[in-house]
Amino acid sequence: MRLERWITPAAFAAVTLAVIIMPAERSGWAFRDSVIPFLASFATTVAIFAVISLGLNVQWGYTGVFNFGIAAFFMVGAYTAAIFTKPPPAQPEFVSYVGGFGDKLDFLPFLSSDQWLPFLIGTAAAAVMCGVLAFLLSIPTLRLREDYLAIVTIGIAELLRNVSIEERGLVNSARGLTGIPRPFHDFFDPGDYRFVYFGIALGVLALVYLAVERGIRSPWGRVLRALREDELTTAASGKNVFAFKTQGFVFGAMIMGIGGSVFAYERGSVSPDTFTHFFATFIFWAMLIMGGSGNNKGAVLGAYIVWGLWIISLQLLGYDLPQFLRSRIFFIRDFILGALIIAVLLLRPQGLLPEERRVSIWLERQLKRRRRLWPWPRRREPTEAAPVD
Amino acid sequence: MAENGALLRVENLVKSFDGLRAVNNCTLEVRKGCLTGLIGPNGAGKTTLFNLITGFLKPTSGRIHFNGERIDGLPPHLTFRKGIVRTFQVPRELKSMTVLENLMLVPSDQAGERIWNPWLFGFRVSRQERQIYDKALQILEFVDLQHLRDEYASSLSSGQKKLLELARTLMCDPQLILLDEPGAGVNPALMKRLVERLELLCHELGITFFVIEHDMDLITRLCNPVIVMSNGEVIAEGSPEEIKGDERVLEAYLGGQYLAGT
Ligand SMILES: Nc1ncnc2c1ncn2[C@@H]1O[C@H](COP(=O)(O)OP(=O)(O)OP(=O)(O)O)[C@@H](O)[C@H]1O
Ligand SMILES: [Mg+2]
Repeated sequence: MRLERWITPAAFAAVTLAVIIMPAERSGWAFRDSVIPFLASFATTVAIFAVISLGLNVQWGYTGVFNFGIAAFFMVGAYTAAIFTKPPPAQPEFVSYVGGFGDKLDFLPFLSSDQWLPFLIGTAAAAVMCGVLAFLLSIPTLRLREDYLAIVTIGIAELLRNVSIEERGLVNSARGLTGIPRPFHDFFDPGDYRFVYFGIALGVLALVYLAVERGIRSPWGRVLRALREDELTTAASGKNVFAFKTQGFVFGAMIMGIGGSVFAYERGSVSPDTFTHFFATFIFWAMLIMGGSGNNKGAVLGAYIVWGLWIISLQLLGYDLPQFLRSRIFFIRDFILGALIIAVLLLRPQGLLPEERRVSIWLERQLKRRRRLWPWPRRREPTEAAPVD
Repeated sequence: MAENGALLRVENLVKSFDGLRAVNNCTLEVRKGCLTGLIGPNGAGKTTLFNLITGFLKPTSGRIHFNGERIDGLPPHLTFRKGIVRTFQVPRELKSMTVLENLMLVPSDQAGERIWNPWLFGFRVSRQERQIYDKALQILEFVDLQHLRDEYASSLSSGQKKLLELARTLMCDPQLILLDEPGAGVNPALMKRLVERLELLCHELGITFFVIEHDMDLITRLCNPVIVMSNGEVIAEGSPEEIKGDERVLEAYLGGQYLAGT
C-alpha cells in the first residue's frame, strides 16, 4: 500500500510537532525561556534512553535473547556510576553507601580532569559491572530454553531493587543517592548546563550507535542473527552457540550500563523507585518494538517516539481537562502505550523501520559494486526489504 | 583410520529415548573417499545416527571414531571443526536472512566474527568478506540458486531449501558430509546433475559422503557400499546389487508380508 510508506515520517512529524507546540502554547510562545530548555531536556532523555534501547536491540533484535529485566542493568549502571563519581559519605550515620571513589579518581589535576575523568571511569565501571552481571546470568540460563532467561531476568531486576532498598549500608536504601556530580559542571552557567549535557548525551549516543552499528553489521552480527533464527542450524554451521549468545547478551548489557551511567549524571540522583519493571523495562521494549526490532536506527527512532508520547501525555495535564480525565491521566497513558504496542505488533510487526535485509555491511557494498561492474544474468531483481504491498 | 581406510567408525553405538532404543548397538564403518549409502524403513534410526555422529545428541553408550580420534560426546561445533558437516532432513534455513548470508555464515574463523575486528581492522574483514562472497556465489551456481541469492531464505520452495542445505555443507572444506535425504522434493533432472557433481567432488577432492536416501534409484546410481538399518540395528551391508537381493533387507522393508508371500 502507498500508505505504508508514510507511516514512519508521519509518526515522526506528529510527535515532533506535538512536542514543540504543546509547551509553546502553554508558555505563551516563550521559545527562548521555556520551549528551548524544555526541548533540550526532552532530547537529552531521548538520547539516554536510545542508548539503552540500542542495548536491547543487540540482545533481542539480533541475538534473540529475551531480557525482561532491563531495569536490573539500567539500575546497576546508574548506581555504579553514582558510586564511582560521588565522594565517600560525609555523615555515615545519616547517609551510607559503599564506595564513593569520586575524589580518588582525579589523577591528572592539571588538565581539570576532575571535570571529566571520574565520569569516564564511572561509565566504564558501569559497563563492566553490567557485563559481569550479564555473564553470571548467562551461565545457568543461556543453555536452556529462551523463556528461562526471561523469567530469571524479571526475578533479578526485582531482587536487585529490593536489595538496594533493604540493605542499608549499600546504596542508602529507599532514599537513594543524591548529589551525583556532573561532568564539566563547573565550567558553565547552571542555566546553560542542560544544553551542555544535551551535547554530552548526544555524543555518547553517537559513539554507542557507531560502535553497535559497526559491530553488529558484520560477520559477528551475522552469527547473532543466525542464532535468533535457528540455533541448530547455527550449530550445524560450526558456531559455538553458547559463546556467541553470551557475547550478544553481555555486549547489550554493557551498553545498557553506559546508558544507566549517563542517566545518573543527568539526574544528579538515583533512587530505587525509578527502576520499577513498568518504567525501566517495559518502556524500552515499547521503544524497540515501535521503532523496529533488529534495526539500530529503529531503536533510536522508537526511543524518540515513545518518550515523545510519554511527555506529551504529561503536558496534557497543563490544560483544562475534565476532572475525571485529569485524575486518571497516568493510567490512561499506560493504557494507550500498551494499546499502541499491540497495534504495532498486529499491524506492523517489523516496526516503523524494518531491519536491514543483509546483515553484513561489507556484503552490501559488494553487492552494490558487483551490480555496477557486472550485470549478473538475473531473472528477478533483488527486491528491497520493504514490506510486500 | 588410514590403515584400513575407515574415516568414520561407529562401535556398539546405543541411543535410547526413555526405553525406546532408536539406535541399538550399531557398528559400522565409512571408508575414506567413498559415497556410502544408508537406507532403512521409516523410524529405523538413520537420522538419530546422524545426530549422534554430529554431536546433536549424546550417545547412551558406544564409541565413535573419526580419523582415529574419539568424537562421541563432542558438541556440534566441535565435530564441525573436525571436518564433519551434515544437512537436516527437514530443512532448517535461517528464515530472515538472505540466501547468500545463509551460506556466508558457514566458513570458520572469520576475522569479522570477533567483535573488535570490525571496529579496528575493517580492511581485513572486508577482504575476507569478498572471498567468502565469491565462494558463496560459486556454490550457489553449483546448486542452481544464484538467481535467488539476495532473497530471504524463507521465500524459497521446499526443494530449493533442500538445495540450500546441501550448499551449506559445501561452504566449508569438510572431510565427511552427511546428507539426510538430499533428494526428497528435488526436481529429478536437477538431482541427476547434482549427483554427477557430488561424485566429482568425491573423486576429485576426496570428500567422503554418507547419504541417507529412500530413493533406491538414486542410491543405486550414487552409492557403494550401502548400509541397511532396521529397528536401530545394522542388518546388512554391501553393494546395491547385493542389498537388493538380501532377504533380511526385503523382510525389514516388507515385514511379515514377504515371508508370508513366499
Ligand atoms: N528426540 C526424540 N525423542 C524421542 N524419540 C525419538 C527422538 N528422535 C527420534 N526418536 C525415535 O527414534 C526412532 C528413530 O527415528 P529416526 O528419526 O532416527 O528415524 P529415521 O530412520 O530417520 O526415519 P525416516 O526415514 O522416517 O526419516 C523413531 O521411532 C523416533 O520416534
Ligand atoms: Mg530420518
